[in-house]
Amino acid sequence: MFKLTWWKYLTIVLLFYTLIAGFLVEVPRLDIVNESIRNLYFHVPMWFGMILILLVSMIFSIRYLRTQNEIYDIYSVEAANIGIVFGILGLITGMVWAQFTWGTFWHGDPKQNASAIALLIYLAYSVLRSSLEDEQQRAKISAVYNIFAFATLIPLLFILPRLTASMHPGNGGNPGFNSYDLDSRMRMIFYPAVIAWTLLGWWIVTLRVRFAKIRNQVRMKQYATHSE
Amino acid sequence: MKKIIISLLLIIFATLPSFAQEAPEMADVMRSNGKIYVVVAVLGIVLAGVLFYLISLDSKISKLEKEIK
Repeated sequence: MFKLTWWKYLTIVLLFYTLIAGFLVEVPRLDIVNESIRNLYFHVPMWFGMILILLVSMIFSIRYLRTQNEIYDIYSVEAANIGIVFGILGLITGMVWAQFTWGTFWHGDPKQNASAIALLIYLAYSVLRSSLEDEQQRAKISAVYNIFAFATLIPLLFILPRLTASMHPGNGGNPGFNSYDLDSRMRMIFYPAVIAWTLLGWWIVTLRVRFAKIRNQVRMKQYATHSE
Repeated sequence: MKKIIISLLLIIFATLPSFAQEAPEMADVMRSNGKIYVVVAVLGIVLAGVLFYLISLDSKISKLEKEIK
């Protein structure tokens, strides 16, 4: 029987907990958002997950630059890929939520615009990687780019939207999650939800890294047999 | 008699605003007659399916790793 590592069981349990508690536990009754307040358990964890996974990606980029070990480059790129996927999902889910609470899919909210820019910066990372032929050169240049990309992500998502009027809670003169995140019932679901979605992303990262390792080993073997 | 009518009218007008102030609309009906559980069940099945797929991928990669060593 195939056995999983302990944190994968934790991921499964927390995901089901998020789903069941997220739909069935009482939430604060607020005008305009109504039941859509439950999106806090599904839309917001996409962004938290993206930031955490991109942070890990940046750390692996630094480790690559320090050691020149190829495996850190693989970790870095696979984490960045999943981060981008989470970001796209966060953007789309946010657009749906915006349509029914703010009135339009694209509200032009500072945080909405900034997160779109941040995603474009990370998409450019993928373009940059695919445009470089030499493996070591690709790993080095993209590692440096990745560090700068993360450095621009923080002001784009956390500083600039706070300086102007934003509809997002915690921005534009209303710091903190205020009215709804102060609710302790929602916190009991929101934090596990963040952990659950982030771990799910990390699970996929590790699978892709292991796949890349196998692919590299197979290629090396093929290379060895061809050169004999 | 007049006093009673006036006081009755006063009570009615005093309590009217409390009827006008309705609580924000929530999907109570759906939850009370149990239909929200249907949605939770459907999403639960979808999540279970996706996770099952992920686990089978994990086991396949594990097998490959053993094979290649």
